[in-house]
Amino acid sequence: MNRALAGLGALALLTLPLWLASPYHLHVVIMAGIFTILALSLNLLLGYTGQLSLGHAAFFGIGAYTSSLLALKLEWSFWLGLPAAAALAGLAGWAIGRLALKLRGAYFVLVTISFAGVISLVSVNWMELTNGPLGLPGVPAPELPGLSLRTKPAYYYLVLLAAAGAYLVCRRLVRSRVGRAFLALRENEALAESVGVDPTRTLVTAAVVSAALAGVAGSLYAHYTRFVSPEVFLFSYTVTMVIMVVAGGKGTLAGPVVGAVLFTVLPEALREAMAWQWQMLAYGVLLVLLVFFLPRGIVPTLTGWRR
Amino acid sequence: MATLAVQDLAVEFGGVTALAGVSFEVRPGTITSLIGPNGAGKTTAFNAITGYLRARRGRVTLDGRPLTGLRPCDIAERGVVRTFQKTSVFPALSVRDNVLIGLHLRGRSGLLGILAGRRAVAEEEARLAGDAQGLIAFVGLEHRRGELAGALPYGEQRLVEVAVALAARPRLLLLDEPAAGMTGGEKDGLIALVRRVREQGVTVFLVEHDMRLVMGISETVIVLNHGRVIAEGPPAAIQAHPDVIRAYLGSARA
Amino acid sequence: MNGLVLGGTYALLGIGLTLIFGLMNLVNFAHGELYTLGAYATFAALAVGGLNFFAAVAAAIVVGAAAGALCERVLLRPLRGESIDTTMLVMIGLWIALQNAELLVWGGVAKSIPHPFPTEPIVLGPVGIAPLRLFVVVTALALIAAAWLLIQRTPLGCAMRATFQDRETAALMGVKIGRIHTATFAFGSALAAAAGALLGPIFLAYPSMGDLASLKAFSVVILGGLGNLPGATLGGLLLGIAEELGAGYVSSGYRDAVGFVIIILVLLFRPSGLFARSERIG
Repeated sequence: MNRALAGLGALALLTLPLWLASPYHLHVVIMAGIFTILALSLNLLLGYTGQLSLGHAAFFGIGAYTSSLLALKLEWSFWLGLPAAAALAGLAGWAIGRLALKLRGAYFVLVTISFAGVISLVSVNWMELTNGPLGLPGVPAPELPGLSLRTKPAYYYLVLLAAAGAYLVCRRLVRSRVGRAFLALRENEALAESVGVDPTRTLVTAAVVSAALAGVAGSLYAHYTRFVSPEVFLFSYTVTMVIMVVAGGKGTLAGPVVGAVLFTVLPEALREAMAWQWQMLAYGVLLVLLVFFLPRGIVPTLTGWRR
Repeated sequence: MATLAVQDLAVEFGGVTALAGVSFEVRPGTITSLIGPNGAGKTTAFNAITGYLRARRGRVTLDGRPLTGLRPCDIAERGVVRTFQKTSVFPALSVRDNVLIGLHLRGRSGLLGILAGRRAVAEEEARLAGDAQGLIAFVGLEHRRGELAGALPYGEQRLVEVAVALAARPRLLLLDEPAAGMTGGEKDGLIALVRRVREQGVTVFLVEHDMRLVMGISETVIVLNHGRVIAEGPPAAIQAHPDVIRAYLGSARA
Repeated sequence: MNGLVLGGTYALLGIGLTLIFGLMNLVNFAHGELYTLGAYATFAALAVGGLNFFAAVAAAIVVGAAAGALCERVLLRPLRGESIDTTMLVMIGLWIALQNAELLVWGGVAKSIPHPFPTEPIVLGPVGIAPLRLFVVVTALALIAAAWLLIQRTPLGCAMRATFQDRETAALMGVKIGRIHTATFAFGSALAAAAGALLGPIFLAYPSMGDLASLKAFSVVILGGLGNLPGATLGGLLLGIAEELGAGYVSSGYRDAVGFVIIILVLLFRPSGLFARSERIG
């Protein structure tokens, strides 16, 4: 039963541009894909190691800026820019991971916020590099020999591929020895240490992979909107990511995907009905309600019902 | 087989001396117990030996190699594994996953290999799964394999703890009050389990309050009081030792 | 001199937060929103209620306390035993909700809060200071002193300190932990609202003013050490002065980075805070 559903779903995804041809809808789906990658990345930290990172937008932004600047100033191809973005974001993740040597819980959160804040301020103020608040327009779309990926259907497939890749990375990681180490740290750090799990190394690994994935999402975003500005560091992106993971179900693989799709589609659907301030207000209220009533998120609650 | 040598170990918290410079040896292949009235410093000693507490002075060595100053995960790598006084499992994970985490040091797969999906990784996973199966059987918990550790009854959670600790293939196993809260029958099971562990070649060092259990199972008993060693020797000698009797006067005898 | 103005208000923010964070083990991300609330409450009291300036400021403080108490009873009390992550998420939700509610009620355009002080600076020796700013400094210092008195001298303060040091013993001695929590949160919120009411007339009132205030408050708490009142006071003053100096020497765009950098550096090297007594960590 599950196999058949999965197969059907895969077929639907592969043929999506055929039956959902409107550019607007494709846009929504593409954004959902990018946010899926972001949500999966945040989930590695929040759901699996149990550390809340509120600076994830920093990795997203670093990825976006790296890829864009390399394309604009050094004329690198997107296919080099993307790994570079992942690498630089991963490096930033490594830095945060090392900082977390002694910090847990609230202090870790504060460091991630501060980090994001500093990066954000740098991007606003370092005019020579980033053009400050004006942003960098004209980021080129990716190209394959003979084929420009400028069109929405083409970009959709790119994002689909990337999202599938991100999911695969997370899945492999989570089911492995390293993934178990993540969980061990979340569940009982002292016990984990007593059997040889190295908390520093494990957290750093989680941070690096998580950040690198976010960087990939950032690069994809930049080359899609073809414009990047300090707005990528907006806290609202982080908030949205957190809601996606928490609502979808942290600590599961399907949760962030569900959350990402839900919270990309929902705002778009409500866009005519309400201004974004109402939306953010609703998000805030929703977060509180989720914590009270649906603390494990949608996916775990649903799978819990099925039993 | 591993000799644990503790020399002049001292630990202080905010002006209070928890350990005033203790020295003792745990000989390889033995079952040695650490006893003493409440507050004598037993768990403090465990914490200092396994790296959870920083010692003010003193040395701890395993077969001559120093353990002092290492982090708990490094000490585990050297073959010293401890259990905790308060029940410690990974509550939201299954018994099987608990033991698999205990097998962490038995695996070598790293990030890159895992992401690349190399065959060596899959082979290692299969091997670890088999090892986990064996360990779960060794402690007698096959019927609980897939259940969440946090949902198990107390006595069985303690068995999970032992399985997890054994999974790390210790040469020296430190058990912190393993019999606490157990029924008489469970304690007998524990005694048998500890003996089986020692037969596997693991040196066992335990802290316990249950005197019947301690005297019945140990080759050597070390007695602490007020952060000092006041006696050391075989059970019969300890039971008759005047300083030990004096230390326990007033506190309930098990 | 401006450093003192900022510093005083940062100290207010920091004291409130260090109490909440330290005593309740709660990462109060909504702290900045109480600051914003204080500013807007002052504005409302002046514009809508027609109160005079000083009464408006006082009203704002009361509103802050009430809002804090309400939050604690409704949102935090039921979550008492939960992990710190859960309460963090709730506070984040509250933060977003409050800020956007303010955005909707007052609009995004900054509001100017009128004040009765003349604009020519009063000259005190080598420095001149605007009367409004002098008022702010004096009031801030007065409030800080009042906070110290409350914590050190009153039974409530004593109960708060006891709960901070050893919750279980305090409960056994008859301290009603629930009420202490409500009181602490209300008190901290009142101080934050006071900071907002004081700084509002100097700068403008706009919905996102609380974000930076939150960050600064956290910096101060980290500088001074959790639950460390004198540390928070000193930390707040230091931060204010450091920012003023920094803005003078480095580009002013980076002035807000001072707070962030402080957080990172202190947490890296001296996690218990600059002023904490050094303790052996187990």
